[in-house]
Amino acid sequence: MTDSGGDETRGARPDPRHGNLLSGPQPDVAGAAGYPDSPPRMGFFTDTSVCIGCKACEVACKEWNAVPEDGLVLTGMSYDNTGGLGADTWRHVAFIEQRKPLGRQEPGVSHDDADVFAAARTLGTCASSPGPGATAPAAGTAPAGAPAGEISPVHPDGRAELRWLMASDVCKHCTHAACLDVCPTGSLFRTEFGTVVVQEDICNGCGYCVPACPYGVIDQRRDDGRVWKCTLCYDRLGVGMEPACAKACPTDSIQFGPLEELRERAAGRVARLHEAGVPDARLYGADPGDGVGGDGAFFLLLDEPEVYGLPPDPVVTTRDLPDMWRHAALAAASLAALAVSSFVGFGRRRP
Amino acid sequence: MTGSDVTREGVRGARPGRDAPTGKHGRRRRGRGERSMVPDAEFSSYYGKPVLNKPTWKPLDIAGYLYLGGLAGGSSLLAAGAQLTGRPALARVAKLGAAGAISLSLAALVHDLGRPSRFLNMLRVLKPTSPMSVGSWLLAGYAPLTMAAAATDVAGRHRLVGSAATVSAAVLGPAVATYTAVLLSDTAVPAWHAGYRELPFVFAGSGATAAAGLALLAVEPGQTGPARRLAALGTAAELGGFQLMKHRMGGLLSEPYEQGRAHTLLRTAEVLTAGGAALAALGDRGPRRVLAALAGAALLTGSAALRFGVFRAGVASAEDPKYTVVPQRERANAAAAADGPPAVP
Repeated sequence: MTDSGGDETRGARPDPRHGNLLSGPQPDVAGAAGYPDSPPRMGFFTDTSVCIGCKACEVACKEWNAVPEDGLVLTGMSYDNTGGLGADTWRHVAFIEQRKPLGRQEPGVSHDDADVFAAARTLGTCASSPGPGATAPAAGTAPAGAPAGEISPVHPDGRAELRWLMASDVCKHCTHAACLDVCPTGSLFRTEFGTVVVQEDICNGCGYCVPACPYGVIDQRRDDGRVWKCTLCYDRLGVGMEPACAKACPTDSIQFGPLEELRERAAGRVARLHEAGVPDARLYGADPGDGVGGDGAFFLLLDEPEVYGLPPDPVVTTRDLPDMWRHAALAAASLAALAVSSFVGFGRRRP
Repeated sequence: MTGSDVTREGVRGARPGRDAPTGKHGRRRRGRGERSMVPDAEFSSYYGKPVLNKPTWKPLDIAGYLYLGGLAGGSSLLAAGAQLTGRPALARVAKLGAAGAISLSLAALVHDLGRPSRFLNMLRVLKPTSPMSVGSWLLAGYAPLTMAAAATDVAGRHRLVGSAATVSAAVLGPAVATYTAVLLSDTAVPAWHAGYRELPFVFAGSGATAAAGLALLAVEPGQTGPARRLAALGTAAELGGFQLMKHRMGGLLSEPYEQGRAHTLLRTAEVLTAGGAALAALGDRGPRRVLAALAGAALLTGSAALRFGVFRAGVASAEDPKYTVVPQRERANAAAAADGPPAVP
């Protein structure tokens, strides 16, 4: 059970392990890990088109999982003050500001037609501009262009020239998880829900999983020595609850459920967004044929993955492992041959 | 450069962080005297932050572990050869070298663990998908053999057991020297993974030169012939393999090997290894004894510099999103082009 490719198949279902142990589509990931009767594979669908960047997921995750504080610092680059996923950040909200229109968005940040100095001069001189201490004008008396009325100007085609992308990143719970494959202790394991979890009482902090992860998710906690990452709230799943981040998400940007169902829902959502004039919408990590066999936690993005700090085409490193072992064996044989030839011809001349 | 609609004129320039590249991200500033190997790549990234989490391994521990493993594996081969061809002095040094190097190597590995007291968890399972698991089991078998070989040689007793241990260690030795290449390659680190075909040969050559270096440094004249020949062969494998590796990786991914500390270390390794092998070829008779010792020291240092250089290059390639994003973006674009233009709904 500690290994995605291990011993014999149990149960009566057809052997899912024929091929695709290290890469490629794997429809029954828990079955391949040795669970004869597993519940459906569970996962996250993070729809970034409705993320408002509130970071409730980050907070809920820290609270529920007792993840330690990792520095109250300001990065100065955006509202993102966690930077990226790591040992003490299991949900990370990315903030991206772009000069790019978002379909029919009306952000209301442009006030090019408003002359604030002229407005200041009239302050307190007329009913539409009461002085300090006055209450807001009564309904119906607001001047044209004030916030209570229409939204500030947008372009003639109805689009604004600024958009914010916000996305809550998380461990992808890969179908072919490199961290799990390379873990030498069996500390990382596949759960019956098809997720990938670290057993903290086993981990000896060798750190091999850290550079193995193609997404830069798992990391070592310095003062502790062990590695940590999202567990997809394994403890909550066990009693039929949804993970803390999904529970806390106020816009249902983070959706939790059976992966099959989520994939269907996501495909529908992309189609709806395309119809609504957001051609940038695309799914990331939803394809079982991709380099990691599809992600257990996948995303709807509004730009290229690398803009969000995600790798554009990740491949599980162990896909090439059989070839690596072959090359290493060949190299070992060559080394032995070098040594033999170093002695041949010398043996008799110099006893 | 991406600006911001909400940035005021007065603020612009005073806080460079506001100009953090969220869209197109150009090249970062180069260090002194470094040449550009490839045209500057245009790519997007998240404020220039790395995609990968870089290895947490301490360079001294893990690069040292790679180096000492190579030294031990090569020495075990020399020890068996020397024993079978009747060169007791060479056999003694090689056996002690193998036992000493592998002990230090294991110590470095344990020292690098976040929880050293849990070292034995390495032997909890045997996973062919984990090079570190395979390596742990390999070392668990190999290390006692080298120690038995060295102990029986020094004690002069149980010679039959000693011979068996020496030969068995020589069987496992080449695997100990080359599996460490798989250990590095089986990661998402671009400069390591892309070299998985050639890196084992580079490490095999590097292990051979290190073992030959130790023999040249410590063995009395007259018995170092095989070591000198192994130095020449190992040097050819190491340097040839390395050039081939960089060539196969292409301009972008070989760049981490051509820049900064990694480049300095690898250049040093090249000079010391080639120089050491050339010096060793001169022989060790008479006054050349000093030259042979010098050659040995150069080979040992060169092998170490190679491992540290490869280690540094990998870490550098993980720290810069360019090496992760650009090759993957090219692959994704090529795949999309092969699938034809997306269907218009």
